[in-house]
Amino acid sequence: MAAAVTCEAEAAPGGMGGAGSLLPREALREYQELTFLSKQEILLAYKRFSELLPKEQRENACSLRVPKSRILTLPELRANPFQHRICRVFSTSEEGDDSMSFEDFLDMLSVFSDSATSDIKSHYAFRIFDFDDDGTLDRKDLEKLVNCLTGQGEEASLSNAEMEQLIQNILEESDIDKDGTINLSEFQHVVSRSPDFASSFKIVL
Amino acid sequence: MSGFGAAGELPGWGPDGPSGRGEIFFPEEAHAAAPADFLQELPSYRSVLRRRAGPGGGQDPQGSVGPRAGEARGPQPEGAELAARPLREHALSIAEKRRLRDYQQADIKYLSGWNQWKRTSSKSWKKVLKDIKESLSYLQLWRHDIHSIEGKFGTGIQSYFSFLRFLVLLNFLIFILMFGFVTLPTVISKYGIFNSSFAKISPKSTDSVCTVYTPSGNKGLVYFFTYLKDLLTGTGFLETTSLFYGYYTIDAALLSIVRYNFPLAYLLTTFAYLALSLVWIIKRSVSGFKQSLVHDEDQFQSYCNKVFAGWDFCITDLNAARLKHRSLQYELQTDLEEERIKRKIADRTVKEKLRIYSLRIFLNIIVLAVLSGCFYSIYRATVFSQEKSNNSNDADLQTNLLVQYLPSIVITLANFIAPQIFSILIRFEDYSPAFEIKLTLLRCVFVRLANIGVLLFSLWSQIHCANDSCKACGYNYELYPCWESAVGQEMYKLLIFDFMIILAVTLFMDFPRMLLVTHCSWKPVQWCGLQEFGISDNVLEIIYGQTICWIGTFFSPLLPAIATIKYFIIFYVKKISLIHTRKPPGRPIRASSSNFFFLVVLLIGLVLAFIPLGISIAHIPSSKACGPFRNFNTSWAVVPDTILGFPTGLQKVLNGIASEAFAVPFFMVVCLIMFYFIALAGAHKRVVEQLREQLVMESRDKLFLIRKITEAQKCT
Repeated sequence: MAAAVTCEAEAAPGGMGGAGSLLPREALREYQELTFLSKQEILLAYKRFSELLPKEQRENACSLRVPKSRILTLPELRANPFQHRICRVFSTSEEGDDSMSFEDFLDMLSVFSDSATSDIKSHYAFRIFDFDDDGTLDRKDLEKLVNCLTGQGEEASLSNAEMEQLIQNILEESDIDKDGTINLSEFQHVVSRSPDFASSFKIVL
Repeated sequence: MSGFGAAGELPGWGPDGPSGRGEIFFPEEAHAAAPADFLQELPSYRSVLRRRAGPGGGQDPQGSVGPRAGEARGPQPEGAELAARPLREHALSIAEKRRLRDYQQADIKYLSGWNQWKRTSSKSWKKVLKDIKESLSYLQLWRHDIHSIEGKFGTGIQSYFSFLRFLVLLNFLIFILMFGFVTLPTVISKYGIFNSSFAKISPKSTDSVCTVYTPSGNKGLVYFFTYLKDLLTGTGFLETTSLFYGYYTIDAALLSIVRYNFPLAYLLTTFAYLALSLVWIIKRSVSGFKQSLVHDEDQFQSYCNKVFAGWDFCITDLNAARLKHRSLQYELQTDLEEERIKRKIADRTVKEKLRIYSLRIFLNIIVLAVLSGCFYSIYRATVFSQEKSNNSNDADLQTNLLVQYLPSIVITLANFIAPQIFSILIRFEDYSPAFEIKLTLLRCVFVRLANIGVLLFSLWSQIHCANDSCKACGYNYELYPCWESAVGQEMYKLLIFDFMIILAVTLFMDFPRMLLVTHCSWKPVQWCGLQEFGISDNVLEIIYGQTICWIGTFFSPLLPAIATIKYFIIFYVKKISLIHTRKPPGRPIRASSSNFFFLVVLLIGLVLAFIPLGISIAHIPSSKACGPFRNFNTSWAVVPDTILGFPTGLQKVLNGIASEAFAVPFFMVVCLIMFYFIALAGAHKRVVEQLREQLVMESRDKLFLIRKITEAQKCT
């Protein structure tokens, strides 16, 4: 049943774009349907993705995986304290090396785009913040999250007492069933009431 | 790995848990491992992970905990409802969505023809809408500039520039309105284009002395700087152009066969632009409002908002990222400290409270004194300026300009000095930091907007005369034969001066300071550093300008065009100033609370603009020498006049609506509806509270049962 159209099909030049935009029209349409990105955004993403590959491999950019170190050189990700988590969450690589294919890259941009629903955004935000991948945000996850926010370095992190107070306040506000952890529904509930979330959880190329 | 961690950390467990209620269960370390396995097999946990991904698409995103064997993989009757949700709203990777889509397409064959057609047509309709939205978004003004500012400085400062863009568009629309309905018919009929003409009905039953109006206009060959002075003050040749009210002295325009009721059009366009501004501002501010009505918490100050939505993912610059880290750290530490201060405040003794309250009352009296000082100086300056300019001869350009601009200068000085005094005073009042900021802002807003009100009030005191000399026309016809143009000129001067000050401050204060800091390594200079980009100051500046524009458009219909050009240029000036000469604010600004704050203050400005306009239109007699309302007592009088021309049935209906017999029952019905909604909201709040308590109980029951099960397992 998998009538998937992949990029290895006829490499007809797709839509608008300069040299090297060899994304076939079928694939373009499919990606438009499966993600929140517009045609221009997909083409721009393709261009940026193929620039991450060495020259000789740019022809079949769709089927290759880019190693994590190259992905992290993107300006949109290099200043981001959650860069490693983002690569981990969106990568579908079986080897666990967090390399990203073009479709993973599109997935990421789709979730972070302007038109993504807040449901999707909060779902992926939860996965990004879940540092130990156990399905809930417990105290250790929250501690790591706050340390990511305040930056690296000794003088940048909060003192132990402040961290305790902060985590206590966060749990008070968001932990509805008072089990000491925040699960996905609680997270989505508290984020839906957060007015800044939609505007800050956004990456536009 | 488990959600419990160390045994002692469970809130709510143990007699001294934070919930305060004594529990008789003690967590035991032996259970730390077992409950986790159970928890991960609970149906609620697994369904939350997959989030209704639908049949066949449900790969467990957490990896390989538990088999997938339990899921049914065949077509299910609820496949139809699941497919109604667009594919991309499923939280799956592209490969999985592809599989889901293929599955749904196979599923379609089982549906009837009607359902098939319905689904395909809704899909194509959604696609068309999406394409339209996409193409519209590319027409947005300054899209690229604002995006680059966002990348470098974060969403807080970006919200200021989006606000500026909003004002440019608003002013442009207001200009189109006024131009289309007021200026264009006048110009067409005055120049006889399209076979049109205008009707000037002779004034009835007023003294002829009121109708004498001779603006100086174009005096032929004069010195160049007279033109410059006229351009800057709106007098002379500018007074007779379509910029000011005095030009529109026609009573009706006859465009081929249509009789265009010009006075009515002028008044209705004024109401229309005010209504347009009100509706648009409210529409923009509604989204920041919705959630706070159901829950009591202050949503902008909540820790969850700061932590989960704290990082701007759109920051691309490493320096900006560093600054953002620092400001986030600062913000979190300040908030935690504020909480500690609040707890301390609650512990104050009565004697301390008395002392602080008496200090606050004293300081508020000082604030009131400062305000009265500002108002009085504006009043005197306006009176002086008006008297001098009415008695003047074009002697000296500089002193004449200075006298003309005196009110604007005094207002700008007051707007600059008063906030400094307020920020010094508030330190002694011993409020919590967040409240301090709010109160200072409120006071600054009040000063800026009230200054305009005082200016207008002093103008009217000049136009109205105390003695009987103006009984003939109701206003001071000797000095102000066309008083609306005079008010329009004052607003015009305020606008121009405001614009010049913004340019001058950027040119003569920001750039030299930046050059000094970059090239001079003297310690005090480096310690001063660059000026911060103070968002609230900048916003108050442009809201002040916008309020002037709203008030002034009635008296000077082309003022919105000037305001549009002014804000357009200010965008680029501020952008360049921000990038080169300013540093980002130390205290982080949140986009959502900024947006809300901007729009609330703008709304206050709009409401404050209603008051002078309402008084001018309805209360003060319109000038009999110029303008479309010559033949009416006040500008408002044209409306009852028009209603008298309607058929009697319609007249009766309109009279009925305006009478008390309708208003009182209407008011009572509105009150009843309001009480109903308040009661409904209260009931919902109570239900929410009960459900929360129930959830806590359920969670405890669940953990208790799990512990019992593992105990029972151990025994067997």
